Amino acid sequence: MPSLAAELERHPGIWRGNQLARGCPGIATGFAALDAELPGGGWPRAALTEILPQHEGIGELRILGPALAQLAAQGKFVVWIAPPYLPYAPALAAAGIDLARVLIVKTAKDGDSLWAAEQALGSAACGGMLAWPRDIRYTQLRRLQLAAESGRCLAVLFRPTEAAREPSPAVLRIALATAAGGLALSILKRRGAPLSRPILLPALSAPPAAASSSPPPRFDAHVVDSPTSAAAAAGSISARLALA
Amino acid sequence: MPSPEPCAVAERQHLLVCDAKAAARGLRSGLPVTAALALAPGLRLRERDAAAETEALLGIAAWAMQCTPSVALDFPDLVLLEVSGSLKLFGGLGEIEARLRQGLAAMGYSERLAAAPTARAASWFARAGKHCLIDDATLLEGELCALPLSVLQCREEEALSSIGAGSIGDLLALPRAGLARRFGQDLLDALDQALGRLPDPRCFCVLPEKFCAALELPAEATQAEALLFAAKRLLAQLEGFLAARAAGTRRLRLNLTHRTAPATRIELGLVAACREAGHFALLLRERLQQTALPEPVRAIALEVQAIEPLEYSNQSLFSDELQQEGNWPRLIERLRSRLGAAAVHGIGVCADHRPERACAEAETGTRQLALDFNLRPFWLLERPQALEENGSIPCHHGPLKLLAGPERIESGWWDGADVARDYFIARAADEALLWVYRERSPAGAWYLHGIFS
Repeated sequence: MPSLAAELERHPGIWRGNQLARGCPGIATGFAALDAELPGGGWPRAALTEILPQHEGIGELRILGPALAQLAAQGKFVVWIAPPYLPYAPALAAAGIDLARVLIVKTAKDGDSLWAAEQALGSAACGGMLAWPRDIRYTQLRRLQLAAESGRCLAVLFRPTEAAREPSPAVLRIALATAAGGLALSILKRRGAPLSRPILLPALSAPPAAASSSPPPRFDAHVVDSPTSAAAAAGSISARLALA
Repeated sequence: MPSPEPCAVAERQHLLVCDAKAAARGLRSGLPVTAALALAPGLRLRERDAAAETEALLGIAAWAMQCTPSVALDFPDLVLLEVSGSLKLFGGLGEIEARLRQGLAAMGYSERLAAAPTARAASWFARAGKHCLIDDATLLEGELCALPLSVLQCREEEALSSIGAGSIGDLLALPRAGLARRFGQDLLDALDQALGRLPDPRCFCVLPEKFCAALELPAEATQAEALLFAAKRLLAQLEGFLAARAAGTRRLRLNLTHRTAPATRIELGLVAACREAGHFALLLRERLQQTALPEPVRAIALEVQAIEPLEYSNQSLFSDELQQEGNWPRLIERLRSRLGAAAVHGIGVCADHRPERACAEAETGTRQLALDFNLRPFWLLERPQALEENGSIPCHHGPLKLLAGPERIESGWWDGADVARDYFIARAADEALLWVYRERSPAGAWYLHGIFS
């Protein structure tokens, strides 16, 4: 007869404090270092994920790119609700995301955004839902989490870093910050043991110089960060992380 | 539609039918209108409208064609369905009956249903209000015998009862030759047709090309829910009409008629053809809630101009992937019904070098061109944002550091929206990567156009 401990270990909702939960397999993020630290080995399905970027343009879409491309390749639709800017089609196509599977929803009020998010999560047709709510309360988050649980959708909310201090029913919360020219992901909450150190991802690969047909640049096209400024930036980030 | 006051329909100053509330006050058909008004002062009286009845009968006939293509009308109050060919498909007489009953209730009609091996027998059973489903010809005669003579609806009814014949059974027992001599051959023919001894050819209805149904509201309505309640009846009728044609529609128009103001029109546009009344009602609810009415609504009418064949998707054996695909247009329609068509769209790329023109709104699900661009940001600002300049260095929350560029984009002189810009990738003080450009003009102003993310 198996021991009680072994029996409990098999239960998907129970895990040891120093382990990760063994829920249903997630959607691979495309970054091995991140996959290793996420329960299910990727972005969770049927659950709310919060991404808290320090500021816009930090790379919040880049870390989702491979997962979105994968969903589109499987023929799943992804709904973008109230994005802060225009998602730029050429860049999405370059990231391997099938544009035919992207739906943009613009809303005037937060109420409409949350309603649209709930509709998307409740629909079986939807493979992913990205939303940028301006202001969202705990009860509304809870409602979205319940809606997410009813489907099998990748559900991501983008919220400001200040929201990290508030409690949230999301199963995964990741804060993004820049560090040493790369991206530092601190997992604030996950199903499993807390992670003390941030995960570092490399920076956006340096773009090639402009096409040769263009006239000689008036500026030095390849200005590289001086080591001193990079170190200073890294220093400020680590100081901020220590405070958080 | 239920109304708070008792209702009745009158013809030639006598009540014809009355609803349950009126019946509770002692009203019954045949009562003079003056007596009825004395019994129930709040009575809502309507004159019988033969044209409206015919219209309703035609509507029911078109709706009933979802069960069988052979539908005939027997004026003024009967619809005949030839269902022997549909029994296997629908799973028996009982199933068809349940379906008809449910549908008629959804359209707001009360019904008396009967089935028999011959059309005339079925119509007699229905007129007599005798609910029976006979599918065995040997039982027919026994059941027919019990029917009263009123089902014949002929002039000789009184003369027949005076000679002692009170039911169809009594008539059948009389000698045929004498019956024909005294009451004419028609009576005998009717009896023979009911028993299946003579053919009873009927003229089957032809489905109209377009759907158009109207409903007068019993009381003026202003509430979206009340309008939706009425509209659901028309939608149920539409569903049957479309099912009969194995078709769906993408465009519905609901006309709301007011007392003096011009009619309010509500147009519903769908992404994919559909015929489910429930889905239409869901979309209509959102639209009705947003529509401002100039006046209370007196009548509603539903119109469908164009229908298109609806493809049946095969059920897959193991997964529900196919079904999920099918749900996608529904989601878009639901979002559009509340947020407006312009707020919900897909995106596509265009073959244009100008960044703002390389991206366009498109319908989701359409194949996109595979175009090659240089490195482009995920976010594009709808309108380029002018940047401050500090000694020829552009600033955005601090000075920007230009990492790559310039990429010269000079295009569009032919359509008046020409651009001449040098694009750079710049790093802001907060490490954000920005896409900025400098106008190729003497002023050379700097703008922020995108954010790498």
